Amino acid sequence: MVETTQNLVNTDLLRWIPLIPLLGSVVNLFFGRALGKQGAGLLACAAVGTSFALVVFVFSQLPSTGIFRDLLYTWIHSGSFQANLSFQVDALTTVMLLVVTGIGFLIHIYSLGYMGDDDDMVRFFIYLNLFIFFMLLLVMGDNLLLLFVGWEGVGLCSYLLIGFWYHDHNNTIAGNKAFIVNRIGDLGFIIGIFVLVAELGRQGIWTLDFVELQKHVKMLQPGTITLITFLLFIGATGKSAQIPLFVWLPDAMAGPTPVSALIHAATMVTAGVYMTARLHFLFALAPATLALIAVIGTATAFFAATIALTQNDIKKVLAYSTVSQLGYMFLAVGMGAFGAAIFHVFTHAFFKACLFLGSGSVIHALGGEQDMRKMGGLKAYMPKTYWTYVVATLAIAGVPFTAGFFSKDLILWQTFSHGATLLWAVGLVTAGMTAFYMFRQLFMVFHGECRADAHAKAHIHESPAIMTLPLIILAVGSVFTGWLGAPEYLWGSRWDHWLEPIFGAQAHHGAVSSELLVTFVTLAVVAVGIYLAYLMFGKAGALAGQRIGSGVLYELSLNKYYVDDIYDFIFVRPFTAAAKFFAGIVDPWVIDGAVNGVAATARGFSTIWRGLQTGNVQHYAAMFLVGVLALLAYYLGQLS
Amino acid sequence: MIGLHHYLILSAVIFAIGVIGVLIRRNLIVILMSIELMLNAVNLTFIAFSRYLGSTDGQVVVFFVMAVAAAEAVIGLAIIISVYRHRQSLDPQEMQLLKW
Repeated sequence: MVETTQNLVNTDLLRWIPLIPLLGSVVNLFFGRALGKQGAGLLACAAVGTSFALVVFVFSQLPSTGIFRDLLYTWIHSGSFQANLSFQVDALTTVMLLVVTGIGFLIHIYSLGYMGDDDDMVRFFIYLNLFIFFMLLLVMGDNLLLLFVGWEGVGLCSYLLIGFWYHDHNNTIAGNKAFIVNRIGDLGFIIGIFVLVAELGRQGIWTLDFVELQKHVKMLQPGTITLITFLLFIGATGKSAQIPLFVWLPDAMAGPTPVSALIHAATMVTAGVYMTARLHFLFALAPATLALIAVIGTATAFFAATIALTQNDIKKVLAYSTVSQLGYMFLAVGMGAFGAAIFHVFTHAFFKACLFLGSGSVIHALGGEQDMRKMGGLKAYMPKTYWTYVVATLAIAGVPFTAGFFSKDLILWQTFSHGATLLWAVGLVTAGMTAFYMFRQLFMVFHGECRADAHAKAHIHESPAIMTLPLIILAVGSVFTGWLGAPEYLWGSRWDHWLEPIFGAQAHHGAVSSELLVTFVTLAVVAVGIYLAYLMFGKAGALAGQRIGSGVLYELSLNKYYVDDIYDFIFVRPFTAAAKFFAGIVDPWVIDGAVNGVAATARGFSTIWRGLQTGNVQHYAAMFLVGVLALLAYYLGQLS
Repeated sequence: MIGLHHYLILSAVIFAIGVIGVLIRRNLIVILMSIELMLNAVNLTFIAFSRYLGSTDGQVVVFFVMAVAAAEAVIGLAIIISVYRHRQSLDPQEMQLLKW
């Protein structure tokens, strides 16, 4: 790893980047009703837009070797330990900032149209702005503790937004599921932080500051580092939906579609990747953890892709596709190619947001229909949505000169050149499946006969400009953002150059010829995937909307490998059974029994003894006499 | 010859009568009188011992007891009158409200 000195500059500007969305959220919370739906929405958009403008300004000022820092105040000061409420921007942060505020801004604008009919639009924008605030906190925090605060905050907003339409009980359950599954990961995360603090503290270093950590992390034992990174990675599997904690993300599609685009595709779910990249100096010292991450990432990518092949819900396909793409990112992390991972985060944010917003546009046009078997032929009705969807689909499939081509190829090439041939092969097959299921979706939704019922068909319309404009911008981004990270045999990567001060120079193994070869193999597989999808769903007379197969494998895929049912059987049911046991038996009989038993005992004795208290003074006087005689007898007995 | 024993036995008998009166009579005035009996039984004991030991200490205490008994009688009678005005009765068995 290359040690680079980064010059630190203090600036008061940074604090406004997260604070403005927070302010927007607070103002809407108190005055949103007064402002009205449109006013509140515009205010929320303006807040994120201002943030975005600030980010662009900061980005233009920042040299790639520099760090901007803005210290608000010392948050925790205990003994030698100190944690600040302080923001930090370096090359890695700017990438995430541009994604969060830029795409966040577009999705805010889109939501103006998409949520325009919803009575609760004000609440929606409060949550959305709050989410942006927490996400910025996560990204800009200069220490692990602040990152964790943001981490929990986005989890909260995710929960709130998944259950946004709380009238439907299923949405609430989906929100709970997301929250609880994330808690499991967060437990690992926070224990990881504790171990890190304790072990560094044993060496006399009390800090969680990223810059300080990077200086001192070499003092730790290799075994300790492996443990810490493993625990932190558990947190990442929760937030970034990796095996075994990926089950919440598909259910999270219960939320409004802009939420799926913003939180569950572009930003929050990539927080795990960001965290590993932020702590790359730690992970780089733990080869065992990296190997595990690579395997988990690849496995997740593969299994999620196989599930996506057969799903019929337009958003479920995209959800599993997101899980699969996140798997790619972790594959890159596992290879130590943090730059490639962040690059895929960046490009994926564009095309997946575009896909989700496109699907939202479709759902909007069909009056809430999400089943792809009841779509088809929408190309003629909504050309703008169609063409942006095509571009984004090409990008995620990895067609040459789109963003996905550059980023996914980079990951596959890094894997191959590291000698992880098996992982590469699985990743390759996954790329083929990605192409297949995305084109299956494209054909099912936009081509062929329209299978919507007559009532829905009458209302199909292109979405208004406020929704299509973000789509177009994202579609443009889906192509051109990839050009930043072109391989050496084209025009070279500006991306690696920008992130080099953070991650050190990316090692370029292998020859250009083998890199080209790998690329062509990938392209061939992708082409096969697209062609198969065309044969089964696109060709005239193909059975669009029909099953792609039958048998055990098909059932497995359609039912998501029964993972939900297995978890339900292993964890949820025993847990609810135990809860019922404690609520029905232990609480009323043991706990209440003990408390009531004490009271009943006292009461029982008192019914016996209270008979003594007659209220008649003469009885009391008689008692005196008995007492006196008893004492007298006792002392006289002593004397004799 | 009348000795110390005779006084003490008399005193004990009077005291026992007083105690029994306090415990069993159903009239507050009689109870008060029984209390006076007990006090005077004690006084008799004091005097007897004072005489027997040739010391005046016992007689001093008796004066104290008589003063206290006078005060007690005054207050006791006042309470009894007050109670009678409220309840038209002096039977302690009817005054049992102060209980569980």
